[in-house]
Amino acid sequence: MKNIIDVKNLSKSFDISSKKPGLKGTIAHFFNRKTKSLRVINDISFEIKEGEIVGFLGANGAGKTTILKILCGLIYPSQGSILVSGFLPFRRKDNFLKNITLIMGQKQQLIWDLPPIESFYLNAAIYDLDRFEAKKRIKKLSDMLEIDEELFIPVRKLSLGQRMKSELLAALIHEPNILFLDEPTLGLDINAQRNLRKFLKKYNKETNATICLTSHYMKDITSLCKRVICVHNGSISYDGKLDLLLNKLSPIKEILLVCRSEEDAIKLQNSGFSIKNKTKNEITIIVENKSITTSLKTILDNFDIEDLYINEPPVDEIIGKILIKKDYDI
Amino acid sequence: MNPRKYLKVYSKFLHTSLASELEYKTNILIDLITAILSLIGSIFLLSIFFQNNGSIGGWKFEEALIIQGIYTILNGITNTWFNPNLSEIVKHIREGTLDFVLLKPIDSQFFISFKKLNPSGFLEIMIGVCLLLFSIRINQINLNLIFLILSLITLICSICILYSLWFFISTTTIWFVKTWNATEVLRSFLYIGRFPLNSFSFSIRIFFSVFIPIAFITTIPSEVFLGISQLWQILLTVIVAIIFLVTSRKFWLFALRFYSSASS
Repeated sequence: MKNIIDVKNLSKSFDISSKKPGLKGTIAHFFNRKTKSLRVINDISFEIKEGEIVGFLGANGAGKTTILKILCGLIYPSQGSILVSGFLPFRRKDNFLKNITLIMGQKQQLIWDLPPIESFYLNAAIYDLDRFEAKKRIKKLSDMLEIDEELFIPVRKLSLGQRMKSELLAALIHEPNILFLDEPTLGLDINAQRNLRKFLKKYNKETNATICLTSHYMKDITSLCKRVICVHNGSISYDGKLDLLLNKLSPIKEILLVCRSEEDAIKLQNSGFSIKNKTKNEITIIVENKSITTSLKTILDNFDIEDLYINEPPVDEIIGKILIKKDYDI
Repeated sequence: MNPRKYLKVYSKFLHTSLASELEYKTNILIDLITAILSLIGSIFLLSIFFQNNGSIGGWKFEEALIIQGIYTILNGITNTWFNPNLSEIVKHIREGTLDFVLLKPIDSQFFISFKKLNPSGFLEIMIGVCLLLFSIRINQINLNLIFLILSLITLICSICILYSLWFFISTTTIWFVKTWNATEVLRSFLYIGRFPLNSFSFSIRIFFSVFIPIAFITTIPSEVFLGISQLWQILLTVIVAIIFLVTSRKFWLFALRFYSSASS
């Protein structure tokens, strides 16, 4: 598969002004505004292949959204080279813009007082689609998104979930190859989040579109992205498979085994497994991820086990570590 | 640039704007009442000025009504197109929704200048046209083709200058973030355009001709209607309008390089 996004040594600085508290600070800020240059993206390089779904992880202010906005051409880079689908994004050529879309969970493009269908036809005109083609695409996408009547209800009367689905439809009517999604599930309930993820997976499978995603909901990342790019203070701290990262950060699993008798539990305790704790016929062992299958087979073959539970540390907890750490050598 | 596509998009803009506005019928009615009351107020003010003097700055009351008519048409155009769109630029930039505009394969200046339309402004334009026709009649102006073409040219130039000024100020939002006050100041200056510029002192006249080209916006088109303008004035109006349009366009493209979008 060929690279669709190619970023080399990208940096971006912004001029930021700060203000001291109080009236004195306000007056000083008004007459003599001091600005300093803040480097928000610091010499990053990465490539993304066609059809990949890549999650950008990082704490608030780490630079994820800035990277997405540079990739779609909204912000000029200060240094470095970027090629997206063979184009220099910041030139915003029509053929480039027809290839991409940006969906932001916290901002909307739909016309507030009108039903979403009006915004869809407006977008269709902007992307130079004839009415027949637009109608066909709206039908296809609304079937995929499972929306129908909502298309004819004013946006202001739709729920957040329905609105987000309509936003997606408006953003995808031109069938872009690259989707930039900035926290698309923000504020959605669990079912709406799941439906959105289901749709994105299906869209990616059917169209082979490349998806770059930022989200603070770890379920979005774990269920959609095989690859993640972790951003820390504007630099990339990890770029690779999500599984590998999780394995590196949490290489072990705890297995709670309920033995049929206490004798079995004692026998198991003395069989050489690393034991975390034991109470009567229940015993918790610690096993490395890579040997979990063989360990379980040995246990089930040699001991009388009534029940077992595998405890994985919560993904949120593991990812939380990423947000505060600078480097991961995997 | 594909003119057919732009026409199609503009017809969609018209459709969605009208549909949005018609959701709020009372608002349209209030706007109509405001336009009528504003016109009555302005004519009343003019009549007070002319009560004791037969003319001010060489303009009679009947002639000043032409300026009032042109001003009302321009104000209607302002309320129909400029106010709903250009005032939104500040909001687009502050809230970062300009992102959606910039990522569409369409000229961003066209999009933000024409996306919305306030149909109640049409009523003001119609009132202005009626007042202008009435003034032409009471001033016994002979209508002929050259006169109509010249009037139309100067009127179009007025619209271009007004648009460019407003757009220019709104564009500065990219650096200054909030420029509502500046556009309000511009609107206040435009109120001055209701009066003949000759009625002001020389220094004020120079100020309103050079810095804020009110003279080109209302006075010169009115002089064309009265047949007292000179050809060089009309040519100058055209040149000024072109300079303003080109500058505002270049300035917008330059400013976009500094657009940093709003944080998420």
